Amino acid sequence: MPSPAMLNVPVPLSWYLILSAILFALGVAGFIFRRNIITVFMSIELMLNAVNLSFVTFSYQFRQVDGHIYSFFVMVVAAAEAAVGLAIILTVFKNRSTLMIDEVSSMKY
Amino acid sequence: MNLWLIPIFPLLGFLANGLFGRRIPKALINTFAVGSVALSFAWVVKTLLGLGPIETKYVEHYYTWIQSGMLNIGVDFAVDHLTAIMLMIVTGVGTLIHIYAVGYMDNEGGYYRFFAYLNLFMFFMLVLVLAQNYLLLFVGWEGVGLCSYLLIGFYFSEQFATTAGNKAFIVNRIGDFGFSLAMFLIYRQFGTLDFSKVFDAAKGLRVEASIGILTTITLLLLVGATGKSAQIPLYVWLPDAMAGPTPVSALIHAATMVTAGVYMIARSATLFMKAPITMDTVAVIGLATAFFAATIGMTQMDIKKVYAYSTVSQLGYMFLGVGVGAFSAGIWHLMTHAFFKGLLFLGAGAVIHGLHGEQDLRQMGGLFKHMKITAITLFCASLAISGFPFTSGFFSKDAILVAAYEHAPWMYWVGVLTAGMTAFYVFRAWFMAFLGDYRGHAHPHESPLVMTGPLMILAVLSIFGGLINVPHILEPMFVEKAENQGLAWLSAGVGLLGILLAYVFYVAKRGLADSAAKSFGGLYTLVYNKYFVDEAYDAAVVEPLIEGSRTVLWRGVDAGLIDGTVNGVGRRSRGIGSILRLIQSGNIRSYAAWVVLGSIVLLLAIGFSGGLR
Repeated sequence: MPSPAMLNVPVPLSWYLILSAILFALGVAGFIFRRNIITVFMSIELMLNAVNLSFVTFSYQFRQVDGHIYSFFVMVVAAAEAAVGLAIILTVFKNRSTLMIDEVSSMKY
Repeated sequence: MNLWLIPIFPLLGFLANGLFGRRIPKALINTFAVGSVALSFAWVVKTLLGLGPIETKYVEHYYTWIQSGMLNIGVDFAVDHLTAIMLMIVTGVGTLIHIYAVGYMDNEGGYYRFFAYLNLFMFFMLVLVLAQNYLLLFVGWEGVGLCSYLLIGFYFSEQFATTAGNKAFIVNRIGDFGFSLAMFLIYRQFGTLDFSKVFDAAKGLRVEASIGILTTITLLLLVGATGKSAQIPLYVWLPDAMAGPTPVSALIHAATMVTAGVYMIARSATLFMKAPITMDTVAVIGLATAFFAATIGMTQMDIKKVYAYSTVSQLGYMFLGVGVGAFSAGIWHLMTHAFFKGLLFLGAGAVIHGLHGEQDLRQMGGLFKHMKITAITLFCASLAISGFPFTSGFFSKDAILVAAYEHAPWMYWVGVLTAGMTAFYVFRAWFMAFLGDYRGHAHPHESPLVMTGPLMILAVLSIFGGLINVPHILEPMFVEKAENQGLAWLSAGVGLLGILLAYVFYVAKRGLADSAAKSFGGLYTLVYNKYFVDEAYDAAVVEPLIEGSRTVLWRGVDAGLIDGTVNGVGRRSRGIGSILRLIQSGNIRSYAAWVVLGSIVLLLAIGFSGGLR
């Protein structure tokens, strides 16, 4: 049980950034190493939200609203992307009966 | 006075026949072709009558063609006495030859094409003589060269005709190169190309200060003139130019275009008079050309070749005339030569036409009874060119020879000897063609009136043309030389001797010619083969050029250097690309890995360099 004094100490800025970096690294790793399209897709979302987190952090730190606005932009884009992306994934699955990303490479070259 | 109308008529004729000639009937083609030139002639007559005695040069300015810095070149036409004479010769003889060509070309293919070219030629020739500055003259100069090329190669399905056309064009390029350089130098020296301004400025120059530059300019102009007027060393194209139809030989390669060089020198008389070295060069070149061409003419068997070498020889006389300072005598001979040499060629054309294309004198003979008009008119022309007393050639040739005597007596004696040879070779041709027995196999017939008409008019002009006293007309421009009756009669006597010799050799004692040729074996072979000049040029210039182009320029520079560089660049790019290609695999995850790698490298770099600050 932490003491009330400890609760009053603000979480240091670097913790937020480290969390953001970890989330981003996880997203990158997922994007690169996973084969399932849905997982890759979710990794992209994870990277986006990691970036959102650092935006908000810096915005709070510098007492400026820019970062918030950016993160809203990113959310809107991510929502749109999710709608389109999921539609593509559904179509791919209907046509190919697979979600393995390496098997959907007929547009290479 | 609307001088521009003079050349514009033939240009319209050219456009009409060139654009629509294929679709319109022959009668209409004839109307356009002959009518346009006749209109032009009529306008020349009207203009000259309207101008009266031309006290000062009459100039018309149409528009400024080139305006760039100091350079100002206008499209200006001008008429003075010299141009007036040239205009009369070009349009007058041109009209006659156009009429003749209607008959001569009647059965030839490409009828409209022929007349289109001929009209285009008239246009450029008239621009040449009307031009008031060197550049406009050069336009006409090149234009007539183009038409000459087109018409020499008129029978373009024949290899020899196209080769002859190329030869004429390429040899003339050498001359034109000299002409261009001369123009550059004139501009550099005088700051203008306008005749009046250049000559006025040249008159004011002191001799000692300007002799170098003026000699250079005039020598370069002379190079241009030797090309166009077929003088040594650039005369070789003219005999080959006989591959064209005979009216072309008459109009372009005897009466008008080839005299452009003489005209140009007479036009630039002010410059030439200030450069005595050039004047001597002109005279010597003219004399040498006259002599050597005459010797070749004595041995040729093709009737057109005889007259072609005769043209070269007579042009040599004109050069001799202008070279010794007798410009008006040179122009006089130019005019009478246009009459009698035009007639000689047209007559030769009538003979060839009547024999269905036969040109070899050995296949002729006894034609007098078959084609009387042609024979008599050709006889008149032969008399005139031989300098028979009181014919046109007598006056003009002797005016030149007398002037040559006053300059240097030895030039006179060589000229007289050449006059004797001239008489010999034209009458040799006439006797071989018209007297004796017929040796060929065709059925000779007289030509229609459309051809014999111009022959008769030119015959009258050849006999009586000397009464047009050109030196008197040109007196305001050039100083007239003194006359010397004794010398004139002497050269006429030598001419008669030449005629007599030809009669003995080819009529009275047949066979004497062959035995004489045999006894002079080596010399005869040398002359018969035109001194092997063509072969020498081939060996000295043409072959090395072709060989050099083939080995050095083609295989070495083009295939080796240029192609090698281009292909090398291509090969190297492909090599680099084949390596870089490996990066672009099309695999999205590898791209992402590269991005990550790049970001890491970037971050590390920033970190090591101490942050962004």
